[in-house]
Amino acid sequence: MNTQKIHWFKFSSPQNFYFLAGRMWPWFAVLATVLAAVALWIGLVMAPVDAQQGQGYRIIFVHVPAASLSMFVYLVMAGWAGFGLAFNTRLSGMMASALAPTGAILAFLSLATGSLWGKPMWGTWWVWDARLTSSLILLFLYLGFIALQSSIDDPRRADKASAVLALVGAVNIPIIYGSVYWWNTLHQGASVTVKGASIAPAMLWGMGLMTAAFWMYAITMTLVRVRAIILDRERHAEWVKHAVE
Amino acid sequence: MAGANGVGKTSLLRMVCGLAPIDSGQILWNDTPIHSQSDVYRQDLCYLGHLNSLQESMTVNENLVFTAALAGNAPEPTQLQEVLAHFGVRGRGEQLVKHLSQGQKRRVALSRLALSQARLWVLDEPFVAMDEKGVRMLADLIASHLGKGGLAVITSHQQVDIGTLAPQMLELRT
Amino acid sequence: MKKLGLFGVMAALLRREVSVALRQKGEVLTPLVFFVVVASLFPLGVGPESALLLRMAPGVLWVSALLAAMLSLQRLFATDHADGSLEQMALSSTPLGLLVAAKALTHFLLSGLPLVLMAPVLGLQFGLESRSLGILMLTLLLGTPTLSLIGSIGAALTLGVRGAGVLLSLLILPLYIPVLIFGAGAVEADAAGLGIGGHLSLLAALFVLSVFFAPLATKTALRISLE
Repeated sequence: MNTQKIHWFKFSSPQNFYFLAGRMWPWFAVLATVLAAVALWIGLVMAPVDAQQGQGYRIIFVHVPAASLSMFVYLVMAGWAGFGLAFNTRLSGMMASALAPTGAILAFLSLATGSLWGKPMWGTWWVWDARLTSSLILLFLYLGFIALQSSIDDPRRADKASAVLALVGAVNIPIIYGSVYWWNTLHQGASVTVKGASIAPAMLWGMGLMTAAFWMYAITMTLVRVRAIILDRERHAEWVKHAVE
Repeated sequence: MAGANGVGKTSLLRMVCGLAPIDSGQILWNDTPIHSQSDVYRQDLCYLGHLNSLQESMTVNENLVFTAALAGNAPEPTQLQEVLAHFGVRGRGEQLVKHLSQGQKRRVALSRLALSQARLWVLDEPFVAMDEKGVRMLADLIASHLGKGGLAVITSHQQVDIGTLAPQMLELRT
Repeated sequence: MKKLGLFGVMAALLRREVSVALRQKGEVLTPLVFFVVVASLFPLGVGPESALLLRMAPGVLWVSALLAAMLSLQRLFATDHADGSLEQMALSSTPLGLLVAAKALTHFLLSGLPLVLMAPVLGLQFGLESRSLGILMLTLLLGTPTLSLIGSIGAALTLGVRGAGVLLSLLILPLYIPVLIFGAGAVEADAAGLGIGGHLSLLAALFVLSVFFAPLATKTALRISLE
């Protein structure tokens, strides 16, 4: 039998990863679309109408997945950034930079959907709910990361500095989320959630599939974006000139 | 180390100090890479760059005491007086640095070298903007440092005669 | 020449920072004045109704103190970076983490402590009672060292960067939120008759965490900025 080892380290060079990412991203895009379609069908069609909140609650199928995934993406981003800081690899920093905008968009989406939910429920566009407030702070953390990166001209220094920031942010996320949840329960603020004795299984399926769909979307966008970043950073290399032709 | 402006002398010196990252190759001190022995290496190192590293709102003495403290030393007041006198800024110990002229500030920066007990001196264009007398003083200081078994890595535009010891020349070109 | 121990080096740094600050009194007083001005803006913005002001007071005073403490962070490393002293500190045989911790300590002594002492005066303007004033001072005393430590990370990251001042605020303020929540929360909780042991322990825990981790992050950021 022909045993061939996949030399993963080959893909740690930006050049090789560029082409690998180019072949991978369409698959993730297809997965994302399929999962999203199924999740939306479950959420909008199959899941029962909520006794208290009527049809409006259905936005939960986007709100909760977006919120959880935006936090997950931050941790992944911090992981890549930390790896790059520790091992001085170029691609890791590029991956972190590629993840940031997607994470920020997901955090913003979480805020927007939470806001849309609040309007029919409480008549206001914003509610200081624990999840919404935490997502808002997470958005600030993303924006800080992106701002720091864009204000340092040297890409290597920018990567390393924002890596430190991302790691500090990642360590702080549990503390921030914890303190916000505590603050919210103390002040008994409104809660953007589905209340009721039990959450119907269909709802859980819908949210789970949507989370997976967002995850595939995040991977797709990150792969596409990292290719652009690779081309930009490595623009003086020979292979880039051939690849762009 | 000699070379035209912009060729990378300062960058190389900063790499020698361990301040700037190295893309390839190694810098060895006592046959060990400097990054694996940072604390020991820094004890042996004294760096003088383009900036004087002097806090303007403090006096000359206060500055010298602080930079010596960073190296873990506490000089006696008499030592401070001697060193300042040697560099022609005698009696200015209690003056605020901001009241000194550029040349005098540079001399104070050099006095830091005299107080240092480090084996390796890394000097970035130390002779620039110094008058003849200053150049002579510094050259003598370096010579005596070398005589005691010290090492000095110096970048310079000019050819300066450092006593009887012939330096190893390294020329950087793009 | 005598040799200095680690403690001696940190004492030398502290002495240096304090003597520079005393000679540049304006720089130390400005954040304090800022604290007073900002806190006074709130009544002007929301009206002088005493019940409302009393309700708002812990949060307003904490936020104003937080902003004032942040104001002086930019200068933490900037002047030393400009004259080359920061490089000398990075090249010193003393661990940079300790030097950075000493710097954060002096920032607390010169920025945080004055705020702690000023806060009760402003608290009176908001109608806080003496017990609440005491709790406010205590929470600020426990919280401002943490603010200095976390702030030093931001100052190190934005050293020499375009628009450093505003960027520093954007980076640091989200990280300040837990301290704010527990600090202001303690004053409110006490006014409502609830215990504040939990709040104080959490503030202390945040302080301990930042003492251990902030200097590490700050010194890494400094070395990156000095490259």
